[in-house]
Amino acid sequence: MRRAELIMAVVMAGFSAYLMWKSAELPVGWIPRSGPGGGAFPFWLGAGMLACCAWIILRWARRLSPPSQSTEPYMDRRSLKLFLIGAGSLTMMIGLIHILGVYVSVPLYLVFYLRWIGNHAWPLTGAVGLLTPMATFFFFEIGLKIELPKGLAGQYFLNELIYYPLYDIFL
Amino acid sequence: MIDIFNHLLDGFAVALQWQNLLLVAAGCVAGLFIGAMPGLGSVNGVAILLPLTFLVPPTGAIIFLGALYYGAMYGGAISSIMLGIPGASTAVATTFDGRPMALKGEADRALVAAATASFVGGTISVVLFTLFAPPLADVALKFGPPEEFTLMILAFATFVGLGSDDIPKTLFSIMIGLALSTVGLDIVSGKPRLIFFDLPGFYHGINFLVLAIGIYGIGEMLWVIEQSKGKMVITKAEVSLRRILDTVRQLKGSIRQMLMGSFLGYFVGILPAAGATPGSLMAYGVAKTMDKEPETFGKGNIKGVVAPEAANNAASTGSMLPMLTLGIPGSPTTAILLGGMVIWGLEPGPRLFLDHQDFVWGLIASLYAANLFALLINIAFIPAFIAVLRMPFTILAPVIYVLCVVGGYAPTKDMHDVWLMLIFGVVGYLMRKLDYPLAPAVLAIVLGPLAEASMRQSLIMNQGGFDIFVSRPISGSILAIAIVLLLWPLIKAMQKRKSVKA
Repeated sequence: MRRAELIMAVVMAGFSAYLMWKSAELPVGWIPRSGPGGGAFPFWLGAGMLACCAWIILRWARRLSPPSQSTEPYMDRRSLKLFLIGAGSLTMMIGLIHILGVYVSVPLYLVFYLRWIGNHAWPLTGAVGLLTPMATFFFFEIGLKIELPKGLAGQYFLNELIYYPLYDIFL
Repeated sequence: MIDIFNHLLDGFAVALQWQNLLLVAAGCVAGLFIGAMPGLGSVNGVAILLPLTFLVPPTGAIIFLGALYYGAMYGGAISSIMLGIPGASTAVATTFDGRPMALKGEADRALVAAATASFVGGTISVVLFTLFAPPLADVALKFGPPEEFTLMILAFATFVGLGSDDIPKTLFSIMIGLALSTVGLDIVSGKPRLIFFDLPGFYHGINFLVLAIGIYGIGEMLWVIEQSKGKMVITKAEVSLRRILDTVRQLKGSIRQMLMGSFLGYFVGILPAAGATPGSLMAYGVAKTMDKEPETFGKGNIKGVVAPEAANNAASTGSMLPMLTLGIPGSPTTAILLGGMVIWGLEPGPRLFLDHQDFVWGLIASLYAANLFALLINIAFIPAFIAVLRMPFTILAPVIYVLCVVGGYAPTKDMHDVWLMLIFGVVGYLMRKLDYPLAPAVLAIVLGPLAEASMRQSLIMNQGGFDIFVSRPISGSILAIAIVLLLWPLIKAMQKRKSVKA
């Protein structure tokens, strides 16, 4: 836990410094008679964030904050596993949207999660995997008229094959 | 007074349209479900479901989300009592006596008491709201950019002064939220600003929903899954009409606690940063100290359920007061509602009371309806909501993740935002494990654009002099209070040191 708190503070300090440097692309100084330049607001926020990080590190060194006193691990093996599965599978799903589109990626993800992580029976897995994308389609594409990403698969063959005929029926 | 009454009648004309009544009912049910799930509360529900409200006009949308907010406050008690795990942070105080009652076989009494108290708290606070909002909006109409800016400083200062979190981490959270809100185009010069790695997705700025869904959807689920270790024991509850009526009759003895909780919750709820969680904890504390037998608290005293439940509902209404009248949200949930208003094309602030009367009064009237609906639905379907608790997270989590992804995509139709949301969710989760408070960041990203605009307008008005914030009486006094609040932890620490020495 102690190490994690320090690493987080250092990473955030780095981000704050980057933010200040990036803000400086616009004038950060005073523009006479009109006040601060466009970059001033984020620049000084970045400076403030950097100061907070320094303060956090100081408190860490003096062991004032609860995480800096804690001897527990930041993540035990079980938490780490849960985190990696949760965040990892979500990342994969979002990545696959670019290739397969929402309506292929989402059911794949749901089946993976329910069947292999949740150990649920196939009928339940199938029902959730099928109903969720269907509900999504009717709500977003038909109800809200917001087209969700169809990915490369959509561009090459699924659009003509599935989505356009569906639009013709419901829109 | 007559004016208020007339406006309220107009409001009811809006709220009682069948579509809106349907939305109130749907919002209550959704809120009850979300509130009943361990770990998820109103803020998660509002963040995840906000994109779905684009389907209906703004008035309908806010009515739905307002009802959801209410329903979640009722629902939070269900898992507190049945599982001993708070349904949301706002229902933590309900576990203290609600859980022991359930273990004694009085789960149904605890649930009915919680629902009744929620109804009383909700109703009293809506009446207070109806009376307070119009005069406050009148005052707020005289505010210029300097007052608006200092009000926002005050909102942030309350997080530092009243929040119990680590001070540098709270400040960091506020500033990173503000900094993220500056991404996009500079409002004055129109030049691109903070386009990280030259990615085109940053040109349209970072939508507050991306941060809110990231933190309250993805980050929260990661957190809940990790926290819900071990087995959960669901208590059995027998529900019958006779026992319900019996309990309601018994509640006569705790009317004082209900009233106290309602008023306390309402006024605590108005303060930004405070909101329903501290409100309900304070109400529990007060109920315990003013009782003749404080030692019975924590062992299943019905008064210990009634006070915090009245308070958390009252606080949720209270937090809407500054949101509607001043444009400053009183809680993370109202911060998201405020951001929603911007998306729906409304300008938050006192002008709402002039320009969008049916929106404001429709919302207020629907809160009366939402209260009644939530009470009836809650009591009628107690068994159904208890069944929700048995729903495993391995079904719930992936469905919520999917909702987050499509909900994050919908407002801007840009996959860039979905990736950003994932990053915020993961980083937010990692930071939360280290005691970084995240609510201030969400509040800050909503208020950021308004804060920067009002600050720069003020400075332009005064040809660049900062003295404008001090020299105007209202903004000067607000600023003074903000400074006291900012220094408050320091003063407390010094007093502590003195008393240790002495």
